[in-house]
Amino acid sequence: MDLPSSTKLESQSLWIRILSFIGRVLLAISIPLIAFFVLYQGFLFLRDSDAPRAIIALVAIVWGVGGVALLYWIFNDLVERLPDAWRARLLPFVFVGPAMAILAWYLAIPTLRTFWISLFSRDGPAEGLGIFQLLASDSFVGLSNYVAVFTEELMLQAFRNNLMWIIFGSTFSVAFGLMIAVLADRSRFENVAKSLIFLPMAISFVGASIIWNFIYEYRPVSQPQIGLLNAIVVGLGGTPQAWPQWVAVAPWNNLFLIVIVVWLQAGYSMVLFSAALKGIPDELLEAGRIDGANEFQIFFRIMVPYIRGTIISVWTTVVIFTLKIFDVVWVMTGGQFGTHVIATQFYRQSFTNRNSGFGAAIAIVLLIAVIPVMYYNLKQFREQEAF
Amino acid sequence: MESGKRQKLLSSLFVNLALLLLVVIWTVPTMGIFVSSFRGRDKIANTGWWNVLPHREWQPVREITPSELGLDPNGVMEIEGVTGTFEEFRAGVESPDGKRVTWIGNKRIGRVEVQERVWTVDWDFDLDNYKQVLGGQSFEFTRPDGTVEVVQGDNMTGAFLNSLAVAVPSTVIPILIAAFAAYAFAWMNFPGRRWMFILVVALLVVPLQIALVPILRDYRALQLNGTFLAIWLAHTGFGLALATYLLYNYISSLPRDILESAFIDGASHFTVFTRLILPLSVPALASFAIFQFLWVWNDYLVALIFLGGNPEFELVTQRMAAIVGSRGSEWHLLTAGAFVSMVLPLLVFFSMQRYFVRGLLAGSVKG
Repeated sequence: MDLPSSTKLESQSLWIRILSFIGRVLLAISIPLIAFFVLYQGFLFLRDSDAPRAIIALVAIVWGVGGVALLYWIFNDLVERLPDAWRARLLPFVFVGPAMAILAWYLAIPTLRTFWISLFSRDGPAEGLGIFQLLASDSFVGLSNYVAVFTEELMLQAFRNNLMWIIFGSTFSVAFGLMIAVLADRSRFENVAKSLIFLPMAISFVGASIIWNFIYEYRPVSQPQIGLLNAIVVGLGGTPQAWPQWVAVAPWNNLFLIVIVVWLQAGYSMVLFSAALKGIPDELLEAGRIDGANEFQIFFRIMVPYIRGTIISVWTTVVIFTLKIFDVVWVMTGGQFGTHVIATQFYRQSFTNRNSGFGAAIAIVLLIAVIPVMYYNLKQFREQEAF
Repeated sequence: MESGKRQKLLSSLFVNLALLLLVVIWTVPTMGIFVSSFRGRDKIANTGWWNVLPHREWQPVREITPSELGLDPNGVMEIEGVTGTFEEFRAGVESPDGKRVTWIGNKRIGRVEVQERVWTVDWDFDLDNYKQVLGGQSFEFTRPDGTVEVVQGDNMTGAFLNSLAVAVPSTVIPILIAAFAAYAFAWMNFPGRRWMFILVVALLVVPLQIALVPILRDYRALQLNGTFLAIWLAHTGFGLALATYLLYNYISSLPRDILESAFIDGASHFTVFTRLILPLSVPALASFAIFQFLWVWNDYLVALIFLGGNPEFELVTQRMAAIVGSRGSEWHLLTAGAFVSMVLPLLVFFSMQRYFVRGLLAGSVKG
């Protein structure tokens, strides 16, 4: 294999190193840049034409996918024509460069930019000013957006609600997923049952919101109820309610929204637990039964400890997921009736109120909240000797 | 021995019943929408969808014209052996033999119905809701009394095509870019390889909210807002870390000797990648593709921000959310629309469930 070792690279002269660095950066940036330009031109053309929408969609698909594939091919071909030494230096960057450039533009650099924006008032840092001019300008507010994030009333409500989401959402998702996995494991109808429980994972939050809005649909007492929950409640002699909008029980009305995500996510945890349970050696379970353990003891003393790793990782995933919950709340209540969460506050501040400084500070708080998970992932990665 | 067998049977019965209960709870919400989408507009608005199940309902067996009986609606009346005032008959008075007498209409020109409870199902299904939701300009709606009303269609067809035009490139482009990168991480040696991969791992869980405002500024400067290109690139950027990570895990586990023999035969990296690695990685590519497709198709936030300003390019999720916002009680539109938005993901899901589950087990969880 023509893998250049790193020691060989270090012995090369400074010039070559500088040149190859420039070449690599150029390669990394130019593929996405040219792809972007070509796609953009096509786009302008499509936008100005009055073609039927089906054709626009089709051309867009072919254009977008084909264009990117073609670019890789062309750049690879160009680098392949270089002398061997240069080819070895540059070729990896044809492969890895575009991905890194896009990741940098879309995720890595925006964390810094968002932090920078969060230090300024409503409109963010003005354009065309130097760093020192900006720091001296009136719009620079230091950390006061963060102070506002942790003191504003609606923000505090959002933190409280998000905490409810995290606690109840993750606990119920994990509990139901585990329960279904254990039950399905002993049933002859395992596959059918799992498919049906898993099905909501394919449904969008907006779709799920409509489905559950229909369950919660409220009609005055005098009319027949068309929402299932209210029909049951009235049938049992209760009063119908507009459940998620039921402010009298706030903050517990949030639970009616959390149910939706449990319904969507239980399938996910079920699949992971199901696979983990199948990994438990039969001898272990048999040994437990011979020793006279009942099924509950087997579950809590053998199964749960055995799949602890899976439980932790599923739980972490659902926690991150509920931390960023947005669509369900936005479509169901728009954050009214005491149901705001961090992500809806972020949207409201950044796009409805156009207070980008405040919005950016909320985004940074979200980022800080996931840092422990990021740290854990990196630690896991370091422990893998393979890389 | 006999009792052990019985206990086994009992516990299996318990397991299956508990499972059935959970499956029913999980399925009923979707069933409600699905069944309702085929029921007429007035039916949905006035009766519960569970009326499609067998249930007992009052149905008229005989009709009486009140004037023939010479009744005084202002006093207490006796009809068919039951007595009551006009108001009581309006609500319906039940007789001891299980019949009900109901006055329909007003005092002067009303009629009296003798009703009996009968088992019935309400199976009156049609496709009108779908026609209206999918239709473009206008849709003719025939009322039960025969009058025709013209209502605005919702043009979900256009939104459906837009979603398709967004979802397919937003799925394929990141996979392509990530596959190249994963190959380089797995089989090439280059300076910076380790820290670049550390960056990929670190970015796995970064919430995309962090990027929305800066990217929106860039798009505004480039005049990209409200275009498909903007949203393809955004989904590519947000999905790339996970795609690279997953594909790296798979590609790096492929047997080394296959590649080495190819290199000895003089194949270039590009040839090895396209001829060997891509075909061998189909399972991993498929499982990520399903993930990304479902994610993009179901996404609302990214579309709201980067396509929000352009009604012409509205996606199904945006269209649905807009109907919820403006006409949230028109269930004939919402149910049919919700189902239109779910058809494609459900098809993909059921036809490729195997890959989807494999992807989940490999750790496909988006940050």
